[in-house]
Amino acid sequence: MFLTIDKLNKQFYTPEKQLSTVLKDISFSADEGEFISILGPSGCGKSTLLSIIAGLTPSTSGTVEVQGNRIIHPGKDRGMVFQEPALFPWLTVIENVIFPIKKEHSKKTANELANNYLKMVQLSKYAHHYPHEISGGMQQRVAIARALVMNPSLLLMDEPFGALDEQTRSRLHVQLEHIWRDTKKTIIFITHSITESIKLSDRVIVMGTQPGVILTDIKIDIPRPREKHKEQMIKLESQIMVHLKSEIDKVISEET
Amino acid sequence: MKTISKRILFFAILIGFWSLGSALNWWSEVLFPSPINVFQALFTGVKDMTLIYDLIASFRRLAIGLSIALILGTAIGVIIAKSKTADDTIGAMLLALQSVPSIVWLPLAIMWFGLNEKAVIFIVILGGTFVMALNIRTGIKNVQPLFIRAARTMGSNGLDLFRRVIFPASVPHIVTGSRLAWAFSWRALMAGELLSTGPGLGYTLRYASDFGDMSLVIGVMIIIGVIGSIVDQLIFQRIEKNVAKRWGLV
Repeated sequence: MFLTIDKLNKQFYTPEKQLSTVLKDISFSADEGEFISILGPSGCGKSTLLSIIAGLTPSTSGTVEVQGNRIIHPGKDRGMVFQEPALFPWLTVIENVIFPIKKEHSKKTANELANNYLKMVQLSKYAHHYPHEISGGMQQRVAIARALVMNPSLLLMDEPFGALDEQTRSRLHVQLEHIWRDTKKTIIFITHSITESIKLSDRVIVMGTQPGVILTDIKIDIPRPREKHKEQMIKLESQIMVHLKSEIDKVISEET
Repeated sequence: MKTISKRILFFAILIGFWSLGSALNWWSEVLFPSPINVFQALFTGVKDMTLIYDLIASFRRLAIGLSIALILGTAIGVIIAKSKTADDTIGAMLLALQSVPSIVWLPLAIMWFGLNEKAVIFIVILGGTFVMALNIRTGIKNVQPLFIRAARTMGSNGLDLFRRVIFPASVPHIVTGSRLAWAFSWRALMAGELLSTGPGLGYTLRYASDFGDMSLVIGVMIIIGVIGSIVDQLIFQRIEKNVAKRWGLV
């Protein structure tokens, strides 16, 4: 197995000194090159799960292994794209993309590599702009290029398109699909949008909340490009909705 | 009307009123000289080079004192930002020290260093260091956690993380800190010179006062004010604005 997550638990104490369980007995694995979406209502711990895989957050118990190596710290084998682009505003677009590879490559090679990935996200023209000079969608594409330039074996995406408008989002869906096809990366994609998860992934892992558990693991067999198979997508959507409905109700009743 | 023309008009009216008052003897020429006499005092001062030498001497002290203050302030700021213990102890002391105007250290400074330039530079350093340290601390502590998380996923940590992310991310606060340090140091310098020894703008001001030359006193005050606002508006505010724009703060 390429990625193995085994009996992962995450608990923490709330400010009121109560033990809160964010993730409970999460286990799943992924093959190399697989595109997996993790779908769940807000508060189900899906972002925490991704953060643990990235090595940014320690788990309470359980293990994460990538290609047999246990994950404890962040590393360049796992690229991460956050909901916000998180580009460094004092660096230009290309300097941002060079950031992770600056040390191990000569200036020339780093520049070439960065340019290649900027080309992949179709932003070569904006290489010397500063982040504040380009749109949110473009910033997120730079963030994707910056994660890919390290040539990670695993790409972790935490609701990367959540803050974008609908049209930008669907354009980026197409672009991400192309990137995935061309680079053959394994992708773990966090989202709360059922449509987005079905459109993009090979597998959808549906999570429930309080505590965060895996409800079901659905293989998506619809051939790509999926826009041509609307009917099958809609059918699957309602199928997943059944699983999520009670969870969403739970969140709503909690909030009111 | 444009800002610049409004300003010119305002100062023209002000000087006009001042001249009028002097001409009509609304106040005594000895206590508050007319603009023409002030201008003459300035002109003489520049012509016989005393004011020029004063400016050079003052700026030399400021340059030495402020540079040391910025370096020292940055070092202290980094330490109290990074260590909780240091922050709880040194940080608390800095807040207390910062509320003491640095000029009150002058009696001690004169005892320690003698009635000379060193005492004044010491006051200038004290004026700038604390405010710089506190701003550096704020800057480092307010770096967006997202930047740090992102950098860590890109293999950066420790000193590399500090050098390439935390420090540049704090630049807006570093600029503000420098601006405030300059402002405090400049005031400390004038006070220090006024109360100790020359040459220097502050010293000339007191010298003029001792000889009852109020024209020169006002002249030097104007120089101090003009230099202060030039440095603040033309240098620091411009840098601050550019940085804020680049760092996406506006």
